[in-house]
Amino acid sequence: MISTMCRVLLLSFFFLSQSSTFAGKTLETIKKRGNLTCGVSTGLPGFSSPDSKGNWKGLDIDFCKALSVALFGNESRVKYVSLNAQQRFTALQSGEIDVLSRNTTNTLSRDTSTGLNFTYPIYFDGQAFMVKKASGVKSAKDLSGASVCTQQGTTTELNMADYFRANRMKLRPVVFESNDEGVQAFVKGRCDVLTNDASGLAAERSKFKKPEDYIILPEIISKEPLAPAVRHGDDEWYDIVKWTVFALINAEELGINSKNIDTFKRSKDPRVKRFLGKSPGVGKSIGLDEKWIFNIISKVGNYGEIFERNVGSQTPLKLKRGLNDLWTKGGLLYSPPFK
Amino acid sequence: MNKYFQDEKIRAQIFQFLTLFMILGIFGYLFHNTQTNLEKQNIATGFGFLKFEAGFDIGESMIEYWSDDTYKKAIFVGVLNTLKVAIIGNFLAVFFGVLIGLSHLSQNWLLRKISKFYIETIRNIPLLLQLFFWYAVFTENLPGVKEAMELLPNIFLNNRGLYFPIPVDTKSFSFIFIALVISIIGFFFLEKVRVKKEILEGKSFSFFEKLNYLIFLLPVLTWFILGSPSEINYPSLSGFNFSGGYRFSPEFSALVLGLVIYTSAFNAEITRAGISSIDKGQWEAASALGISKSDSLKIIILPQALRVMLPPLTSQILNLTKNSSLAVAIGYPDFVSITNTTMNQTGQAIECVFIIMVIYLSLSILTSFVMNQFAKRFQIVER
Repeated sequence: MISTMCRVLLLSFFFLSQSSTFAGKTLETIKKRGNLTCGVSTGLPGFSSPDSKGNWKGLDIDFCKALSVALFGNESRVKYVSLNAQQRFTALQSGEIDVLSRNTTNTLSRDTSTGLNFTYPIYFDGQAFMVKKASGVKSAKDLSGASVCTQQGTTTELNMADYFRANRMKLRPVVFESNDEGVQAFVKGRCDVLTNDASGLAAERSKFKKPEDYIILPEIISKEPLAPAVRHGDDEWYDIVKWTVFALINAEELGINSKNIDTFKRSKDPRVKRFLGKSPGVGKSIGLDEKWIFNIISKVGNYGEIFERNVGSQTPLKLKRGLNDLWTKGGLLYSPPFK
Repeated sequence: MNKYFQDEKIRAQIFQFLTLFMILGIFGYLFHNTQTNLEKQNIATGFGFLKFEAGFDIGESMIEYWSDDTYKKAIFVGVLNTLKVAIIGNFLAVFFGVLIGLSHLSQNWLLRKISKFYIETIRNIPLLLQLFFWYAVFTENLPGVKEAMELLPNIFLNNRGLYFPIPVDTKSFSFIFIALVISIIGFFFLEKVRVKKEILEGKSFSFFEKLNYLIFLLPVLTWFILGSPSEINYPSLSGFNFSGGYRFSPEFSALVLGLVIYTSAFNAEITRAGISSIDKGQWEAASALGISKSDSLKIIILPQALRVMLPPLTSQILNLTKNSSLAVAIGYPDFVSITNTTMNQTGQAIECVFIIMVIYLSLSILTSFVMNQFAKRFQIVER
């Protein structure tokens, strides 16, 4: 609460005093500073959470690393700023962070009136409900009159209200500032239902003592394309972030991953040659090193590797690729050509 | 020009005018700068959003509210929730504060030590931690919905709150309640008039003493006029939760409890300081006149102590009101929490923070005004 207020006041002060815009400045500032500041969550397993040694891990974190490699050729030049749902937009607006890689849903109002620009989604998600198995609930349609715990400042508050209203059900929300408080209240039985993005629920469930006692209901009540966001008004930086997402996807499409990338060095395929910077073009047009994509894939891996490593079937989250598979395999991931 | 400058009065006015102009200029510049910067970054400005549909639900509300109501109404619901906490909390905090403060000065060793321990412990633990603690106590220790405790017939307690029956026709009953309050005030007023008359004329008006009780017929009369509604809404288990009746949620209860316990400790110290500030001679004089200890406290010491106590007590009342904004941490929908949600959905941080500041400022100024009027009555009248 206090910190949110501080941030907001800081932001107001910033708007009061600052008289120039950011146009074209972000990249320059990052280069001068020598590191990238990346806004991440306060701890969501699989997406961004610190491990027992305090190292940040997750899909959103790997994306920050990919950006760092693209800019500096080195994945460790990132400073992670942990933000709650409330703080994230102000942090980006005020320039405290360079990019917001924090399971954030792209919506019209956020993309326009909040002064952000969303790049391409790195995870296609949807809101779901989790209940205790013992409650016997099998469908979200049975939830009328239930108390629902959720976090403030997210799209879930609205989606849930819409869904309950559309189905003529009575809703009793209990809204917390921090995600952890909401989850705790659910576990202790203050609420019948916990709601969040399906991936977020799976992540929270993996932290519970007895994950098998909880079920996620089958209804997905919203579209949640989680995409990295940058400030409005700096196209150069926007392009870099957007094409970094595409690079990860395109690498998987071409079958290039961190283990086999060296075998592609001598590839005759013109698409691969262009993509990995063998024939020049991909670096110059975006203002980066010609080998930026090569570096990303060899150090961080392609989209598939990042997915499997953080949230895939071998992890506690056990998420299926589903919508987050290549378009050739029935998913939604589709990269424009690197030409 | 020089002539004007030599005139002290005019010179002072010129300087005052210049200062005012500069301050306005600075504010104008900052305002303009903010506007342009927000526009450049494509962030919406203005208060037009208040008329839009809010779209989110609110867990507890004192008035009817639906998610298709406007942001303005949502924030109003929040203000009512804040007032509910502030009013109930302040009454309890002042009451317990005075009580504990008196125990701290008591002759009884045990009572004195317990109050001292209470004050010293509670004052030195951050409020937010205490709120988390009480909330955890409520959610962790109370039984689930299906195992709800029935404290008294039809009064249920579980981890969703305390449920008790209320009359169905709440509107009529609020009128009856107002009539009751009026008759209580009226009763005391009439009694005062009677006692004054007795002292003035030296006669007893015992007949009027009984007559004055007749004013309590007013609420009964109101009840009859409103068609004597008697239907009661009982809480009962249906589906996930209890429905019907009235409910104090665990969030509300934890917030009020935490605030009252915390603020009482400060109020107790203020009471102690107020009473200690009264000269020992006043006690001695009272006892020399044969006035009992409790009577001298009531009619001699406390009225004088109140004069010292009121200003710091006012700040504690303001503090409790402002501290209620910590509600968001334990999920109570006070107006800061709701304005925060609004801020997030509209992205208009500056406007929302402005609304929060204006509402707190108005609440605080109103409280101070009332308390100052009250303090005036206790000022020493110089003769």
